[in-house]
Amino acid sequence: MAEQLAALIIVVPLLASLLVPVIGWWQKKLCYPWVVAVLVVPLICSLGVLNTVMTTGKFSYRLGGWAPPWGIEYAIDHLNAFVLVIVAFISLMVAIYSKKSVEKELKKEKIASFYTLFLLLVTGLLGMVITGDAFNLFVFLEISSLSCYALIAIGEEGAPMAAFNYIIIGTIGACFYLLGVGYLYIATGSLNMADLASILPALYHSKVILVGFAFFTVGLVIKGGLFPLHTWLPDSYCTAPSAVSALIAPLMTKVAAYVMIRLMFTVFQPQFSVDMMPVMSILGWLAVFAIIFGGIKALAQTDIKRMLVYIVVAEVGYIVIGVSVANRMGLTGAILHIMNDAVMMACLFLVVGAIFYKTGTRDISEFRHLNKKMPFTMAAFTITALSMVGIPPACGFFSKWYLILGTIEAGQWVHAAALLCSSLINAVLFFRVIECAYLKPMEPANAHDAGGIHIVQRDEAPLTMLIPIIIMAILVIVLGIFSGNIISSIIQFAVPASF
Amino acid sequence: MLDYVISKYNFWIYIVLMMIGLYAMIGKKNLIKKLIGMNIFQSAMILFYVSIGVKTGATVPILSGHSHGHGELIEVAKYLNPLPHVLMLTAIVVSIATTGVALATLILVYRRYNTLEEDEILKIRKDTGV
Repeated sequence: MAEQLAALIIVVPLLASLLVPVIGWWQKKLCYPWVVAVLVVPLICSLGVLNTVMTTGKFSYRLGGWAPPWGIEYAIDHLNAFVLVIVAFISLMVAIYSKKSVEKELKKEKIASFYTLFLLLVTGLLGMVITGDAFNLFVFLEISSLSCYALIAIGEEGAPMAAFNYIIIGTIGACFYLLGVGYLYIATGSLNMADLASILPALYHSKVILVGFAFFTVGLVIKGGLFPLHTWLPDSYCTAPSAVSALIAPLMTKVAAYVMIRLMFTVFQPQFSVDMMPVMSILGWLAVFAIIFGGIKALAQTDIKRMLVYIVVAEVGYIVIGVSVANRMGLTGAILHIMNDAVMMACLFLVVGAIFYKTGTRDISEFRHLNKKMPFTMAAFTITALSMVGIPPACGFFSKWYLILGTIEAGQWVHAAALLCSSLINAVLFFRVIECAYLKPMEPANAHDAGGIHIVQRDEAPLTMLIPIIIMAILVIVLGIFSGNIISSIIQFAVPASF
Repeated sequence: MLDYVISKYNFWIYIVLMMIGLYAMIGKKNLIKKLIGMNIFQSAMILFYVSIGVKTGATVPILSGHSHGHGELIEVAKYLNPLPHVLMLTAIVVSIATTGVALATLILVYRRYNTLEEDEILKIRKDTGV
């Protein structure tokens, strides 16, 4: 049983997603408990896989018993076991949260199809992370993208248009990735990542390989939403239903960043990605622009969800900066930030969804007295906001610390300045919201209806929403305190040994 | 120069097709034309893959049991490479699914705005403030 855990991570949600329409046709109410119960399985399996990797080192699972490079292989090392746990955990939390929000935002007959797509999206994301085969990765990429397009399209007013734009640009990204795979296949005759890694060094000067690498990079930059190819991201993430944004905003871009790390440092040797192509410096500068641009656009927003979406654009820049400096500190920071940012973004989007559920608004200026109305939700928001700004011991501080150390070690002072600058922008962004919610007095028109003292009724979000939010907020602190342990036991093995 | 183009004509064709698709996706204002562009783009990719499996003078990769007994080596050059073709079966399925999802979203768009011209939709959205 234990050796089958790796396959179960994919097989269970995939098969379960096919059963959701049947269950929904029979009993609509059972869809939600079924999805939550199913998503516990990948979490347990990925924790088991992580445990195996930490005790015995990396291993591979052969699908159908076919030996690589002919068969498809799931290659699991510290890096993807770690990302698997993040993806599985956050999708479980969002699934628990989704009940009330979906009931309110979607029509009743769409709930079964929503949960089908939800499970397919999670399957695709987990598959992209676990697979050791370049073409299999493309298939999972398309599974996750296609379900993501459909999930976005069922959102609010502008959603179908945003989803269509995302389909067009996302398809270009996926096709570029596929072209990259094709070029590598022409030169090597292999699709297995470990096999490619052993054949490629002899061919590094071949133009075919260089073109293939360029296609890979552009495809992943599109999928990851790095500036200036992020244009699909704000509209589609903002118009999607709350539960969908809370799932895709933390995970889609992070998984694309993971694939980028995997290709650049495992399939290709670091010395190829760094020395033979100027791709690292280009990506680094794009990331700097992404951080500044995302921050400034976020400042201009009055809709809190749109503000968070632009922060996602900036956060992609963080991870790419860590990758582009290509040293141990920077990459440690990037991998740590994949986790921290996923947790923080999930928490923020869950909070925004909960506020929207209770008050029906996302306009920051209407957040007065939310601290009294929804004390726990706002406390979670504040903790995460402090973490986004980078105040220890919240987890956001530690990944920024490593990222900045990495940029300084590489002598990239502008990059370091951009990171620090972004912390300041985040401070302005989040304190603006916190000020509105905690400190603004009630408007005079309403102030005297209770003899001068307006009493705000507590009206907290329902428990199914509140529990995931509080768990995420606690994690923001706990992961910060234990980030030293996480680095020493997992991440330091995930960074290539040559750094 | 001409020999160079002719000797690698499959790559030239796929690049030209891909650029036509890319132009339609970026330059056209009509959403259906964008979708057609996307299909051309994906077909270019499929043709690229199919063409790299081809070998001159080779045949379909089916071994007959009589002529290739035990210990007899198989001449790889005699057979086409079937793997890219098999990969493209998957890619064709993916492209059909993408087209399906895109058409479904276009129906939603049309129901909301009563048009599929991008600039008209943008104008409607600007006027209604959404």
